[in-house]
Amino acid sequence: MAGKNAPPEINASSMADIAFLLLVFFLVTTTMDTDLGLSRLLPPPLPDEIEEPPDIKQRNVFEVLVNSNDQLLVEGDIMQIAELTEATKEFVKNPANDVNLPEKELRTVDFFGNVEVSKQVISLQNDNGTSYNMYIQVQNELARAYNELRNELSMEKFGKTYDFYLETGDKDKVKAIRKIYPQRISEAEPKNVGGSR
Amino acid sequence: MSKFNKNKEKSTPQVSTASLPDIVFMLLFFFMVSTVMREVDLKVKMEQPEATEIKKLENKNLVNYIYIGSPTETKKYGTSPRIQLNDAFANVKDVQPYIETKRSEVNEAEIPLLTTSLKVDGDTEMGIVTDVKQELREAQALKISYSTREKVVKK
Repeated sequence: MAGKNAPPEINASSMADIAFLLLVFFLVTTTMDTDLGLSRLLPPPLPDEIEEPPDIKQRNVFEVLVNSNDQLLVEGDIMQIAELTEATKEFVKNPANDVNLPEKELRTVDFFGNVEVSKQVISLQNDNGTSYNMYIQVQNELARAYNELRNELSMEKFGKTYDFYLETGDKDKVKAIRKIYPQRISEAEPKNVGGSR
Repeated sequence: MSKFNKNKEKSTPQVSTASLPDIVFMLLFFFMVSTVMREVDLKVKMEQPEATEIKKLENKNLVNYIYIGSPTETKKYGTSPRIQLNDAFANVKDVQPYIETKRSEVNEAEIPLLTTSLKVDGDTEMGIVTDVKQELREAQALKISYSTREKVVKK
């Protein structure tokens, strides 16, 4: 044993209890969930005197309507949600230069030189009775179409996916790809179509 | 005592518990670092839809939350979807003042970075969501995020 004058040791056996107490407190009051979501930018509020909306040719608009029964009408045809991504990609890309699909114009983009960029706009309109689940699914499918197109383009040109450049923060390449496939989803001013509830 | 000891030839030594506090503290620090404080008590049902093309929301200080869904206490509040701001139910008209107060709490330079996270129950009808979105437009809070869960994609 140590000498007579050694101070008595502090009993540390309750330390574990105190630590457990703290642990339980933090377990109860905190959450671990990270916030995930689809990011969107709302259009600014309409000015009082409404200007003439820019003329957009019918062939450049991809019309997506969702009614209160969560049914999908795309360009005048009923469609299942699973087909929406492919249809959107087909429309945006317009590989065969179809006259009913969007026009293209020549633009100069970094890395790519002169490329044909389609003048596509996606118009999304939903009813007041549409369920939020359906709305998010449609938004998700549209976003997926753009992401897949961008990935394909990026693979072709740089050999790496667009997601890779997003993660590594290569802003110039991301900007160039976005310029070729700009995400233009326009949401119509809310309307009560397909019967009121 | 010797009476009991007779039965056992060798008593097994006790497991030392001296390192127990260290282990528990380690766990404690892990949870303190990896979790965040719960923001509000949810008063509405919240089953978020699933999506694949999602992004993580960075910088939690600059995120405002708006919860929409049908109340959990249906006997007291009915079943029609309600908006929850902070810890209380609110009307559509309360959204703009809410955004304004949130704005006054952050640095002026950070105001354009403010994001509104819409946490909406999947069964809610779009009508109320659209109303809230219109209010957000009026309040010039244009950056929004539809909060979703991550969908596990089978390959």
